[in-house]
Amino acid sequence: MTIAAVQSNPAPAILPGSGGLRGALSDLFWRRPKFLLTLMLAPPLLWLGIVYIGSLFALLAQSFFSIDEFSGLINREFTLKTYGDLFQAANLDIILRTVTMAALVTLASAVIAFPIAYYAARYARGRWKALFYLGVMLPLWSSYLVKIYAWKLILAKEGILTWLLAKLNLLWLLDAWLSLPVVGGNSLSVSFTGTFIVFVYVWLPFMILPVQAALERVPGNLVEASSDLGASPGQTFRNVLFPLALPGIVAGSIFTFSLTLGDYIIPQIIGTSRLFIGQAVYSQQGTAGNIPLAAAFTVVPIVIMGFYLWGAKRMGAFDAL
Amino acid sequence: MRSDRGQRAPLGLKIAAACGLLFLHLPILLIFVYAFTTEEKSFVWPPPGLTTQWFAVTWNRPDVWDALSLSVRVAAISTAIALVLGTLCAAAVSQTRFFGREAISLLVILPIALPGIITGIALRSAFALADIPFSFWTIVLGHATFCVVVVYNNAVARFRRTSGSMIEASMDLGADGFQTFRHVVLPNIATALLAGGMLAFALSFDEVIVTTFTAGQQQTVPIWMLEELIRPRQRPVTNVVAMVVVLVTLLPILFAYYLTRDGDQIAGSGK
Repeated sequence: MTIAAVQSNPAPAILPGSGGLRGALSDLFWRRPKFLLTLMLAPPLLWLGIVYIGSLFALLAQSFFSIDEFSGLINREFTLKTYGDLFQAANLDIILRTVTMAALVTLASAVIAFPIAYYAARYARGRWKALFYLGVMLPLWSSYLVKIYAWKLILAKEGILTWLLAKLNLLWLLDAWLSLPVVGGNSLSVSFTGTFIVFVYVWLPFMILPVQAALERVPGNLVEASSDLGASPGQTFRNVLFPLALPGIVAGSIFTFSLTLGDYIIPQIIGTSRLFIGQAVYSQQGTAGNIPLAAAFTVVPIVIMGFYLWGAKRMGAFDAL
Repeated sequence: MRSDRGQRAPLGLKIAAACGLLFLHLPILLIFVYAFTTEEKSFVWPPPGLTTQWFAVTWNRPDVWDALSLSVRVAAISTAIALVLGTLCAAAVSQTRFFGREAISLLVILPIALPGIITGIALRSAFALADIPFSFWTIVLGHATFCVVVVYNNAVARFRRTSGSMIEASMDLGADGFQTFRHVVLPNIATALLAGGMLAFALSFDEVIVTTFTAGQQQTVPIWMLEELIRPRQRPVTNVVAMVVVLVTLLPILFAYYLTRDGDQIAGSGK
């Protein structure tokens, strides 16, 4: 009886649609995956397209406007005059200074990052590996301003660094360094040396991560084979390890270089009164109200980074990101 | 690199790596000491004495609370927007193949790849061209734009690990699209979204470069700090706020790491 009852009322092989608007929509999504795809892509693309790309074009457009020097009003007509202003000696100085600083910071970050990345990739295991990962990730994500503030505390004349050097009887070294022409100053917190140290500190994690990623991919037996074949550790580093890590270093340098080019807060808080590109942009758009010149200034890092990325891509740096 | 097992690192390398990590961490630890110093006027080291009175002083400062409230509101709404946009984009990019897929991932990453000042001045000049006055929403507009990428990165990594056959199985068993999303897709990506959301929150909470261009006269916590750094008014209060900011951003990062620790180590990579 029971068997017959079940058989007389079998579950249908195909369930009826759940009906209503929800069912209709669900069926529509299934039948037309392109429609669903469009629906999913539309909000993020509209947002990024309008807000971000739109703003970038607005910026680019502004750089072709000019400012009326007498009224201070912006003249919305196409002109190349602003770019002419950009290539004055004073502005070229700013660009050169910024690029030099970015290159030095990149170099120093690479040197400091390499041992950390190499140790983490080759020797750290299990718990230590996690510790190294967090050890790089936490400073990367801690507050940018707090990091700068911490260095203001360290580099101040009465701060911990002076105290430490005094304890070690090395104050003469600091004084000698500060009396040097370009890198020196009244104290470390108002010198290019200070700016340099803080830049390196803040962007270092951005260098460590890609270098570590590149080194993880180097098989350990390659290094062993090199030493088996009689290479000294130095030769192994020069001929085996370094060429293989280079794409990672270039990938990291994209960040250190680009971030240094665009930063205006670090040199403002720890540094001299001589401007960097970021500060020039900021003061042009703020106090001077000259948005066209500010816009033209930002085109400089965009162009430099464009060439940099093009070169980096040719070196295979994007595979290491 | 299996063959390395048991091999010891050279001493020089160990020292260099340890020094590098100390260089990264000591300055942040210093902030915690300075929050308790009794010195008011300068950054003198060692602190002449320790006190907790500045916590009480900071607690009673309305400007700190206003900045904190604005920052939290901006971060919460930006995170919510970024979660929706980032997840949609990640789902579309990882579940289907279509023309222009690469271009979309580039578009998402661009706001974080270009220096912040470019994003900032671009938004500022767009607001100027369109005559949009600065408001709470202009800040959110900027923040949500660069927060999308962290949610996107985390979601894409998780989608890559989630097998598409589970969705097909769910459909075969009679679930409609919404049920599949609710009962199959969402539980799978939930922790990745939570991690991405936490990172987006931390990123927005800490952002200063773009914000200076989009905030007008409003003060978020980082802008408040920047003001204090340029024109110091009460240093001990700044010390305390700095310590609180470190803690507020650190906890979400640790939690996000914990959520995504096995498998996709994407959580923080590439801020």
